[in-house]
Amino acid sequence: MLNIGLLATEAGGAAAEGFEAGWLTRHVWLIPLLPVVSFVVTLFFGKRFKGGGAWFGVSMMGLALLLSTALGVEWMGRGHVGIEEGQPPAVAATYRGTASGDQEHQVQQVIEEAERTGEPKASIPGHGEEGEEHALPAGRFSLPAAESGGEGPAGEPHAVEVRPYHEAEAGWFHIGPIEVGFGFHIDGFAVIMLFTVSFISFLVHLFSTEYLRDDRRRTHYFASLGLFTAGMLLMVSSSTSLQLLLGWEIMGLCSFLLIGHWWEESKNSDAALKAFFTTRTGDVGLLVGLSILFFGAGQTFNIAKINQQAITGEIPRSWLVAAAVALFIACIGKSAQFPLHTWLPDAMAGPTPASALIHAATMVVAGVYMVGRFYPVFFSAFRIANNALGFNIIALIGGITIIIAGLLAFVQQDIKKVLAYSTVSQLGYMVMGLGVGAWTGAIFHLFTHAFFKALLFMGAGSISHACWHSFDMRDFGGLRKHMPKTFVTFMIGTVALMGLPPLAGFWSKDEILLGAWTNGYRGTFFLVGCVGAALTCAYMTRVVYKTFWGEYKGPQTPDAIEHASHAAHGHHDAHDDAVENQAPALVGASAYQEGAKASADPGVKAAAHGTVQSERGPHDDEASHTADDHGDSAHAGAPLGGYPHESPWPITVPLIVLAVMSVVAGIINAPFFGLQFTHFSAIEPIVAAGVPEPSFSGVVAVISTLGALAGLGLAVAWWRGMRFGLDGLTRRNGLAGAGYRLLEQKYYLDALYERVIVRGIKGPMASAAYWFNQNVLDGVAHGVSATARRAATFTYDVVDQEVVDGTVNSVGAGATGLGRGFKHMASGKVQQYVAYLIGGAAAGALVIFAITFNRS
Amino acid sequence: MAIIDGNVNLDNAVLSVATFAPLAGAAVLGLLPKREEFLVKAWALGTSVFTLLCGLYLVLRFDYGNAGAPQFERSHSWIDVINSNYHVFMDGLSLPLFLLSMVITTLCIIYSWDHWPEPRNPKAFLMLMLILETGMLGSFIAEDLILFFVFFELVLLPMYFMIGVWGGEQRQYASLKFFLFTLFGSALMILSFLALYFKSGGAGLEPTFDIPMLIERGMSDTLVRSTELLIFGGLFMGFAIKVPMFPFHTWLPDAHTQAPTVGSVILAAVLLKLGTYGFIRIAIPILPAAAKEYAPLIAVLATIGIIYGALGCLAQKDMKRLIAFSSVAHMGFVMLGIATLTDYGINAAVFGMVAHGLITGMLFFVAGSVKERFHTLEIRRLGGLLVQAPKLGWILGFCSMASLGLPGLAGFWGEFPAILSTFNPAEGLSVALFRTCMVIASIGTVLAAGYLLWLFQRTAFGTPKEEWATTEVHDVERPEWLAWAPLLAGIVLFGILPGIVFDITDPAVNERVTAAVVAQGK
Repeated sequence: MLNIGLLATEAGGAAAEGFEAGWLTRHVWLIPLLPVVSFVVTLFFGKRFKGGGAWFGVSMMGLALLLSTALGVEWMGRGHVGIEEGQPPAVAATYRGTASGDQEHQVQQVIEEAERTGEPKASIPGHGEEGEEHALPAGRFSLPAAESGGEGPAGEPHAVEVRPYHEAEAGWFHIGPIEVGFGFHIDGFAVIMLFTVSFISFLVHLFSTEYLRDDRRRTHYFASLGLFTAGMLLMVSSSTSLQLLLGWEIMGLCSFLLIGHWWEESKNSDAALKAFFTTRTGDVGLLVGLSILFFGAGQTFNIAKINQQAITGEIPRSWLVAAAVALFIACIGKSAQFPLHTWLPDAMAGPTPASALIHAATMVVAGVYMVGRFYPVFFSAFRIANNALGFNIIALIGGITIIIAGLLAFVQQDIKKVLAYSTVSQLGYMVMGLGVGAWTGAIFHLFTHAFFKALLFMGAGSISHACWHSFDMRDFGGLRKHMPKTFVTFMIGTVALMGLPPLAGFWSKDEILLGAWTNGYRGTFFLVGCVGAALTCAYMTRVVYKTFWGEYKGPQTPDAIEHASHAAHGHHDAHDDAVENQAPALVGASAYQEGAKASADPGVKAAAHGTVQSERGPHDDEASHTADDHGDSAHAGAPLGGYPHESPWPITVPLIVLAVMSVVAGIINAPFFGLQFTHFSAIEPIVAAGVPEPSFSGVVAVISTLGALAGLGLAVAWWRGMRFGLDGLTRRNGLAGAGYRLLEQKYYLDALYERVIVRGIKGPMASAAYWFNQNVLDGVAHGVSATARRAATFTYDVVDQEVVDGTVNSVGAGATGLGRGFKHMASGKVQQYVAYLIGGAAAGALVIFAITFNRS
Repeated sequence: MAIIDGNVNLDNAVLSVATFAPLAGAAVLGLLPKREEFLVKAWALGTSVFTLLCGLYLVLRFDYGNAGAPQFERSHSWIDVINSNYHVFMDGLSLPLFLLSMVITTLCIIYSWDHWPEPRNPKAFLMLMLILETGMLGSFIAEDLILFFVFFELVLLPMYFMIGVWGGEQRQYASLKFFLFTLFGSALMILSFLALYFKSGGAGLEPTFDIPMLIERGMSDTLVRSTELLIFGGLFMGFAIKVPMFPFHTWLPDAHTQAPTVGSVILAAVLLKLGTYGFIRIAIPILPAAAKEYAPLIAVLATIGIIYGALGCLAQKDMKRLIAFSSVAHMGFVMLGIATLTDYGINAAVFGMVAHGLITGMLFFVAGSVKERFHTLEIRRLGGLLVQAPKLGWILGFCSMASLGLPGLAGFWGEFPAILSTFNPAEGLSVALFRTCMVIASIGTVLAAGYLLWLFQRTAFGTPKEEWATTEVHDVERPEWLAWAPLLAGIVLFGILPGIVFDITDPAVNERVTAAVVAQGK
C-alpha cells in the first residue's frame, strides 16, 4: 500500500564511471532531518528541557552544520571526467537513464564556452547561440581561467568543470499514470546552499539563546526556527518541484509564526499576515508555473528532467515563457522584489535573529534559489544571452528593485528597516544577475550576502540588546566606544555590503555586473548596478554615522531605563504614525531633532501611549514586546545606568565568525584564487544551457568600485557637515519635497495594496457577494416559491375545489396539500419552499418523462 | 431475475454487518430507558466502535493490489418486480469515505459525551446519529440505484431532526431549507434513475438499476443525445445541490450555522461528499458523453464557487458561518477536479473529500468548543484565544493552515492536484476555458489564506476582549482530545504520506471512472 521505503541507493552507471557518491552524498536526507527532529522535540518536549529546548536546537543545528560542511568537503573530492571525444555536446550527453528516477548521474563534462564577443547583442535579432558549446576531449581538464581574465574588458570566457550530480528518489505516491518520487538531488549548487543555510541557522540559533533568553515563548520560537531551517534545507536539496513547493510553503508558515512571534500586538500579527498574503499572492505563480512545467515536460515533477527538456527544446517555447513568467511572479513575492517587496520591511516586527535568518539564508533567498534552480527554463524562455530587446522581465524587475529599495533605505530611522531595504536591494542584484545571464554571479552573491547580511542584522540585534531594545538610530550614537566588538564586526559587514574590495560583496557584485557587461546589458543594467552600489555605500554610511559616531543619545540612567522600556514602544509606534500622517514627531525621553523633522508635540503622544500600555494589566509584559522588547529589563548585556555595554559571548561569537566569513567568502572566487566558487557550484544544466561564464574583468571592477566610492565619498562628506547647498532642499523645492514624501510613503504601494486592493476585496467585493447570496440567490428561491405557491393555491381553490371538487388529480393540488401539511411546522417561507420545490420537481418530472418516453 | 451471489463468506458478510450495525444499535437504543443516560451513551458508543472495528477489519482484509476491483461483493435479490437488487461492494473509491464516515461518527459520539446541545435528550440524539451512520455507510457501498437512493434519503431525516430540534435560534427555517433543497434534488435524481432503468432495457436485455451493469451497457452510446443530457441534468441537480455547488448552496450556510456542533461536523465531513461521490460513482461513469458536455459548466460553476465562497467568507461576522462558506469554496476545488474528467482531477477530488472531511470537521469541532466557552461565535467579540486557551487556539491555527492548503498537511493534496489537473483536462474539453479556471482557482488559494488567517488573527491573536478578560476559560479537555486527536493525526499523516489515499483511489478512479470517459472519447 505504501511506497515509502528506504531511499533508493544509487544505481546505473556509477561504478562504471568510477565515481561513487560518498556516504554523505547518499545520506544527504540526514541534513534536513536534523532540524525536523529539533522542531518536533522542541515543540512537544522543549518545555521540559532546561532553557526551553534552546540548546537542543543549537546542538541539532550544529550537527547539521557539521554534516553539511563534511558534505562540502566530500563534494570537493568528487572528481571530474571529461566527455569522450565524438560525443555530442553537453545537452545530449546529460540525463541518461531517466526512466527509474533513482539514477546516479555520472556524466561529466568539460565545456568550453563558445567565443562570445563582448558586444551587446541588441543589434542581432533574437536567435540562439546556445548550441555552440564545444565539448572537450576526454581527460582534458581545463584550468581555471584566472590567467585569461583580468585585462580583457569583456571578461574572457573560460571553461567550467562540472561534477556529476547525485540523485536518489523513493516512491512517494502515484497518481494517474505517474509515480511521484520523494528524493534528493545533490550538486554543487545544492551543497553550497545546504552549507550556507546550516551555517547561518546555527549561528542564529546560538545568538538567539542569549537574545531571547527571557522570552516567554522561547520554546515556540526555537521550534519555529527548526522547522524554518528544515523547510529551506529540504527545498534546496529536493529533486522534485513538488518537494520544492513543500519546503517553500513550510517557510511561508514559519515566517508567519516568527514575524508574528509577539502576537499580542496587532502590529506584529498584521506584519505576519501581510508577509503570508503577499508571498501567497506570488505563490499563485508557483502553482501555475509548476503545473505548466509538469505537463510541458511530459508529466514529471523531476526538476532535472524539466531542465533538460527546457534545454533541448522539447517544451514548446510559448509554454516555457508562460511558465517562466508564472514562476518569476512567485519569485517576486518570495524574494521581495518590486512591486511585492512591501512585506519585508514590515517583517521586522519579528525577533531580530529571526530576521537575520529570513534575510540571509532562508525565505527571501528561496525565490532566487528557485529561479536559479529552474534557470534553463528562464534562460531559454527569455533568450537571456541573446536578447534582442536588451532587457527581459527578470533583469528589469531586479534593476528596478535595486534602485527603489536603495532609495527607501535613506528615509528610514529604524536600523532594521534600513537593513531590510538593503536586503530588498541586494536581492534585486541577485535577480538582475539571473536576468542578465550571470548565474554564477547571482548564486555567488546569494552566498556572500548571507554572511554579511546575517552579520549586519545580528549586529543590529546586539546594539539593540545593549540599547534597551531600541532600533531607532536616533537613540544611538557613539557606540563604537561602548561596543567595540559589535562596532568592528558591523563595519566589516558594512564594507562587505558596500561591495568594496577586497571584502565579500565586492567579488560577487562584480560578477553580476560583469555578466551585465558581457551579455549585452552594458548600457542599461550595468549602469543600474553601479548606481545601486553608490546608493548602498551612501545609505550604509548614514547608518554607521548615526549609530557609531557622534554622541550616545539613548537613555543612560536607571530611571531612564524604566522610562525607555515604555518610551521605546511609544517611540516606535508614534514614529510609524508620524510617517503615515506625514507629520514627523519624535517622542520619548531622548527626543531630539534631526534634519527638517521637528517634534510637534511629543510628550502628549508618548504619555497617551504609555497609559494605554499600563492599562492592559496582566498582559502588560507581553504587550510591551514590540520592536524586540523582551518585556524584561534584566538582561545581561546592559548594566543598570551608564552607557550601553558590549553583548555577551553568544552574541559576539556569531558576529566574529560572520565577520571572518564576510572577509573570506568573496576571495574564494577571486581570479588569483582559481575561481574556486565557480568550479564548485557549476552544475550541468547551467553549462548545458550555454549560460556564459565570464571570469573577471579589471575594467568592470574598477568602474563599479569607482561608482561605489563616489557614493561613499559623497555620503561621508555629507555626514562630516558638507551640505553642498542641499540642506533643507525638501522644504525649499516642491519637487524635492514631493520626492521625499513619495519615499516616506514607500511609493504609496502599501496604500495601494492595503487601502485599495485588500480593503476593496474585504469590503465592497465580499459584501457584494454576500448581498448577492442573501438577496438574489435566496430571493430567487423565495420569489419563485411564492409564485409557485400562488399557482398551487389557485389550483386548489379554483381547479380542485370548484372544478373537480375533491378529486386530487393535479400536481399543484398535491403540492398545496403537502404545503399545508408543513404549515404548522414553520414560517411562511417554508410553505413557499414546499410549493416551489414540489411544483418544480413535478414540472421537471413531466419534462423528463415526456422527452424520455417520446423517443426511443 | 435476481442475481444471487453464492459466495457468502465472512468478509462479504462483514461489509453488510458494518453497514447495518448502527441501525440495529439504534433500534436497541430505542428500547433502553431514557433515564439511564450512561447506559444509553455507552451503548451508542459501543455500537459505533463495533462498526468501526468491522470497518477496520475490512481495511485489513482489503486487497490493495487490486483496489480498482469490487471487493466483498454481495448481491441478493431485493425488489424483483423492478429488478432491483441488494448489490453492495467496496472498492478504492468507497473505502476512504466508508471509513471516514465511521470514524467521524464515533468521534462525534465521544465529543458529545459531555457536550449535549439543548434540549439534551441524548437517547434521541444518539439514535439519530446511528441511523445517519447507516445511511452514510450504505450510500458509499450501494451498487444499485434504488438501493443508493434509499440510503441517500435515509440520511436526510435524521439530519433534518438534528438541526430542527437541537439547532440554534433559526433552526426550523434552516432545517426545512436543508430538507427541501435536498429533496428537490432527490426528486430529479430519482427521475433520472428511472429513466436510466427504462432506457437500459431492450434488445433482449432486462432493464436494470445495477450500476456496474449500466456502465457496461454503455448508455452514452445507446441514448439519444438530448435524452442523455436531460438524464444527466437530473443527476446533476441531485448531486450538485448536495455538494453544494454554486448557485445551489444557499441552504448550506444556514444549515451549518444552526446545526448543533456534531451535526455540523457530520454534515461537513460526510454528507456533502454524498454529492461528489454521486458524480464519480454514478453520473460520470454511466453517462460519460453527457459528462463531457456538462464538464465546462461544472468547471465554471466550481470556479465561481471557489471565488464566491471565499468572498462570502470574508463578509462573515460569525465564525461558524465563515467555516460553512469555506465549504463552498473547498467543494469548488473538489468539483473542479471532477470536471476535468482525468485521473489527476478525480484522484484529487477524492483526496479533497477526505481532507475536507477531516479539516472542516475539525474546524466545526473547534467552533463548537469556542461557542461552549464564550457563548458566542461573533468574531468581533472574540480575541486572544491563545492567551486564554492556548491549546485550543493553536489547534484552530493548525486547522486554518491545513484548510488553506499548506503542503505537508492533508488539504494541500486535494487542492494542488486539482489545480494541476485543470491545466490539462480530458480530451475534447476546452483547454482555454479550463486553464482560465485554473488561474482563477489559484487566486482562490490566496483568498483562502485571507479569510482563514484573518479569522485566526481576530480570534486567537491579540489579547482577550474586556468582556472575557476575567473569565476563567478552560483549555482543551479530555473528551475533546479523544475526539480530535485522530483527526489531527490524520491531517498530518495524509499530508506527509498522500500515497495512503492516492494508492487506494488511483486504480479505482482509473478502472471505474476515467476508463469510461476515455472509452467514450474513442
